[in-house]
Amino acid sequence: MTKQLEKLVGWIDDRFPLTSTWKAHLSEYYAPKNFNFWYFFGSLALLVLVIQIVTGIFLVMNYKPDAAIAFASVEYIMRDVPFGWMIRYMHSTGASAFFVVVYLHMMRGLMYGSYRKPRELIWIFGMCIYLALMAEAFMGYLLPWGQMSYWGAQVIVNLFSAVPFIGEELSLWIRGDFVISDATLNRFFAFHVIAVPLVLLGLVVAHLVALHEVGSNNPDGVEIKKHKDPVTHIPLDGIPFHPYYTVKDIAGVVVFLMVFSAIVFFAPSMGGYFLEDNNFIPADPLKTPLHIAPVWYFTPFYAILRAVPPMFGSQFPGVIAMGVAVVVLFFLPWLDRGRVKSIRYRGVIYKVWLTLFIISFVGLGWLGIQPATPLYTLLARILTGVYFAFFFLMPWYTKIDKTKPEPERVTG
Amino acid sequence: MNVIKKLMMLALLVVPAMAAANVGPVLDKASYNLYDQASLQRGAKYFVNYCLNCHSASYMRYNRLTDIGLTEQQIKDNLLFTGAKVGDTMETALNKKEAKAFFGATPPDLTVIARARGADWLYTYLRGFYKDESRPTGWNNVAFDKVGMPHVLYQLQGEQELHVEKHGEHVTQKLVLAKPGTMKPAEYDAMVSDLVNYLVWMGEPMKTQRIVIGLGVLLFLGLFFIVAYMLKKEYWKDIH
Repeated sequence: MTKQLEKLVGWIDDRFPLTSTWKAHLSEYYAPKNFNFWYFFGSLALLVLVIQIVTGIFLVMNYKPDAAIAFASVEYIMRDVPFGWMIRYMHSTGASAFFVVVYLHMMRGLMYGSYRKPRELIWIFGMCIYLALMAEAFMGYLLPWGQMSYWGAQVIVNLFSAVPFIGEELSLWIRGDFVISDATLNRFFAFHVIAVPLVLLGLVVAHLVALHEVGSNNPDGVEIKKHKDPVTHIPLDGIPFHPYYTVKDIAGVVVFLMVFSAIVFFAPSMGGYFLEDNNFIPADPLKTPLHIAPVWYFTPFYAILRAVPPMFGSQFPGVIAMGVAVVVLFFLPWLDRGRVKSIRYRGVIYKVWLTLFIISFVGLGWLGIQPATPLYTLLARILTGVYFAFFFLMPWYTKIDKTKPEPERVTG
Repeated sequence: MNVIKKLMMLALLVVPAMAAANVGPVLDKASYNLYDQASLQRGAKYFVNYCLNCHSASYMRYNRLTDIGLTEQQIKDNLLFTGAKVGDTMETALNKKEAKAFFGATPPDLTVIARARGADWLYTYLRGFYKDESRPTGWNNVAFDKVGMPHVLYQLQGEQELHVEKHGEHVTQKLVLAKPGTMKPAEYDAMVSDLVNYLVWMGEPMKTQRIVIGLGVLLFLGLFFIVAYMLKKEYWKDIH
């Protein structure tokens, strides 16, 4: 039996790089042995992507991308499709879970300097994934065709009309109509179920290929490839990803699934944060809801948009600020001039700035959900300032920061 | 000029979001229990008798009521008035266009109204009608100002009036029963509770089922975690 299996694998290997790929990416991909809690979120992001694709396929089997019956088809899935409610709740919870996992994954990058040389391209591919994810989430949110779907899309697409000179034509081109309509729903559906997922999958492959080319960073921010076994050329602090990190990640996956299932089965709307109350009212182009707020994962950027006052009678500066808030992250590898990568050996200045940044991001996220009272607007402006200062002052403060010496080898 | 117009539109869309969102009526707390089948069955009866005349529940099939302990025969005998089949969804006989002409707005579909509005709002709304001669229907509502819907249950609840009292800056609104109906206030409240219970159930009929499945899933994952954790420990014991 074993012999026959070996023969089969040999037959395949003569025709397809099965064993060599398995070795290169799993059984002989050497990852640092000191990964901690923060290193679960990469594999979890992959898991959520799979959940979204599989549940998405089943949803598409029953969903109708037609403005007249889209809302009804979602309720049909919730009521008449066997376990349709579970598929739908997994997909809606998965959307939020994706952002939770990705934000924590990016946070890890910030803490341990995972974007630094030679991992700039990994970071850039990752940022592209994040952009694609935002597009995917935004367009997917229109599909249930509830009031929040409709008006959220209306507000965001209207932002493009603030672009000078071409704005109006641009937003018309995006919508395919003068208002969000059936035409918009159909094209968003096409992008959500095929175009963006294809891009997303390609980017994930690029992200992983680039990672496996240079090797993983670790909480100490030192390169394990500097110290290799003279005979085997295996990094002394490296362990094969499979089986060590596969078994470790399985345990992480189970914990994640426990939290995920608790939400899916006990609190699928998460008090209106994952599924908004207003989205249980069918889209009505004639009735603007009193309070329009994007879903929680967009609120930090929404708060930045609102915080910037209109200039010369144009909302455009706010739109620019929102765009820059995302785009600036791409430049992180070149903004950071620190002598060390990991927060463990950074000086107090970087630690303070990173803390301020986290406070500003979370704070802006909270403010983006609140109505903009004068006090909240002031707060949002201060936090927007802090958010941008973290990036724009980074070349300076990371350079003068008093760092501690890095260890030669990874610690604990 | 057009750009300015667009921006004003944009502002109009954004400004409401800036207005205080918490301005709204003080809601009474609804007590409902999805495990109380008798209450759900009474609620279904009230719903079919009163609400379904004007409102639809287009995503709700009659035979789903078997989930709250009714048999198909009971549904056919007691709840099917419109000539619908037991596997049909709950449509209303009211013509949508005419309804719009009568009430100024088409009565909304109620299948998932409890998920949009919440139980407390529904409970407050159904008990919150009061006489207001300035309204075309003669009725207004504390939860929904200038509502188009007349008080369908006024014969049961009676007629309420809104008394506004000013104590300096503090304004209190109080509903006073001016003309009693056929039900005592406590009876009417109990009836509304049943109806709200039913509406909450209808908004998500699988809710009790998903909680049971969820407990099973968590139990499985809990056991799985023990195995996964031990496996990890076993593999990692020689990594230092």
